[in-house]
Amino acid sequence: MEKKGWDGFEIGAMLRSFDGATRDIATTLPEDRPYSQSNSFTASVADWRIEKPLFNKDYCIDCQFCWVYCPDMSIISRDKKMVGIDFDHCKGCGICVEVCPTNPKSLLMFAEQQDEESAIAEWPKKDTSKAKEEAKDE
Amino acid sequence: MSEIKKIKNLKEFSTSADRFEGANLLCPGCAHSIIVREVLNATNDDLILAASTGCLEVCTAVYPYTSWDASWIHIGFENGSSAVAGAEAMYKALKNKGRLKQPDRTPKFVAFGGDGATYDIGFQWISGCFERGHNMMYVCLDNEVYANTGGQRSSSTPIGSSTTTAPAGRVSYGEKMMKKDMMAIMAAHGAPYVAQVAPNKWKDMVAKIQKGFAAEGPVYINAMSACTTEWKFAPEDTIAISDLAVDSLVFPLYEIINGEKLNITYRPKNIIPVRDYLGAQGRFKHLFTKQYEYLIDEWQKNVDKKWDYLQRREEASV
Repeated sequence: MEKKGWDGFEIGAMLRSFDGATRDIATTLPEDRPYSQSNSFTASVADWRIEKPLFNKDYCIDCQFCWVYCPDMSIISRDKKMVGIDFDHCKGCGICVEVCPTNPKSLLMFAEQQDEESAIAEWPKKDTSKAKEEAKDE
Repeated sequence: MSEIKKIKNLKEFSTSADRFEGANLLCPGCAHSIIVREVLNATNDDLILAASTGCLEVCTAVYPYTSWDASWIHIGFENGSSAVAGAEAMYKALKNKGRLKQPDRTPKFVAFGGDGATYDIGFQWISGCFERGHNMMYVCLDNEVYANTGGQRSSSTPIGSSTTTAPAGRVSYGEKMMKKDMMAIMAAHGAPYVAQVAPNKWKDMVAKIQKGFAAEGPVYINAMSACTTEWKFAPEDTIAISDLAVDSLVFPLYEIINGEKLNITYRPKNIIPVRDYLGAQGRFKHLFTKQYEYLIDEWQKNVDKKWDYLQRREEASV
C-alpha cells in the first residue's frame, strides 16, 4: 500500500479491513480471512516486548483463562485447545502467566532472546512444598 | 441469525473468532481490549460500532491501520452514542421501507466511550439517545481518569485518587469529589437494561451483554477497566486488581431492569477490606501516610453504605 502524508489523505477516505468480499467474519478464523494491508493484523508490536511468554503444553489443562484475559488476541485457541502464542501481536504484558492455574504454570515469562527448547528443558517441576507441609500436619 | 450465541463455558467461548485485531497501540495489560473482546465475542451477528475519542479510539485507528473487523466510526469526543443512534435510525427507516439489501441479518449497534466521554463530555448526547429510545448498546469503559491525555481527573475519578489535575501532596489528598453514580442516572432514564460489569468476571459479563443485546431499547453497560498506567500497577496485575475491586465491593456487579428492578449478580464469598484494593495501586499511595489515613476509613464506610443500599433495593425489588 502506498503510504500518504497527512495532506495526501483524501477526505472521506476509508480504510478497509479486508480485501474482497467477506461474509460472516464472526465465524471465520483468522487464517481464513482475507486481511488487507490496512488491517493492524498485518502489523507487529513484537518490538514492545522485553520478556515473552512461552507455552509448555505438558502441563496445560485447556482452561482457556489465558485466552479470555489476553488483551492482544495473542493466545491461539482452536477446537477448545490452547495451541500457541501469536508473537507478532503479543506485547509481553504477562497477564496469561498470572492467570494460569496449573502447578507448575504452563505459561512462563522468559527473556526475549531465549529459545523455546532450552526454556522447556529448564521448566520448573511441580511445587510440592505445600503438599509436603500438609502431609506433615497429618 | 438473531438467535443468541450459546456460550456455556469458557472452552465453548474460546472457539469465537475475534473481530478486534492485535497490533493496536493500547498499553500492554490494558483492560479496554479485554472488555471489547468480551463484548464483540458475545454475538455472531453483524456489528455497527462507534467509539468516542479516548484511548480505545486513538489506539485502534492509527493511520494507515484499523484494528476493527466490523463497521466502525469515530466522529468526536461527545457523539459516539449519537453516531450509532443515527445508523440505527437509518436501519429502521430502510427496514420499514423494505429496502434493506440483506433483510435476514440483524445487526447490533454498539457505542464505546471512556468515562470522560460518558460521564462528562458526551453526557447530554447519551441522555438524548436514551430518551429517544434507540435500539442500541452504550458501553462505558470506566477507568476513572482521562488516561488518553495524561491522567486528568474526570467526574468518575473517586475521592482520594491522585491525578495530574488533582495531585496529592502536602496540602491536598488529590481528588476531592465523590464518583458520579452514572448507573442510577442511566436507570432513571427508564432504560430497559443497565448493568455494571467487570472483565475478570467474564461469565457474568457475557451474560449481561447478551441480555443487553436481547433487550429492545437503549442499554447502558458500565465496564470497569483497570488502567495499568494511571492506576499505577504492573501490567500483569490487571486481572488481580480487577478481582480486588470486585471482591472489595468498590465495583459491585449488579443490573437494573426497566429502571425499576435491581439484581445483584455477584456476591463475593469473602469480602476483602477496601484497604487492600487501595494499597495495590500507586494512585492511592499517599493515603497510607499518617496525614491522610482517615480517608481509608471513610472509603470503607462509603463502600459499606452503597452495598447496604444495593442489598436493600434488591430485597425490596425496586
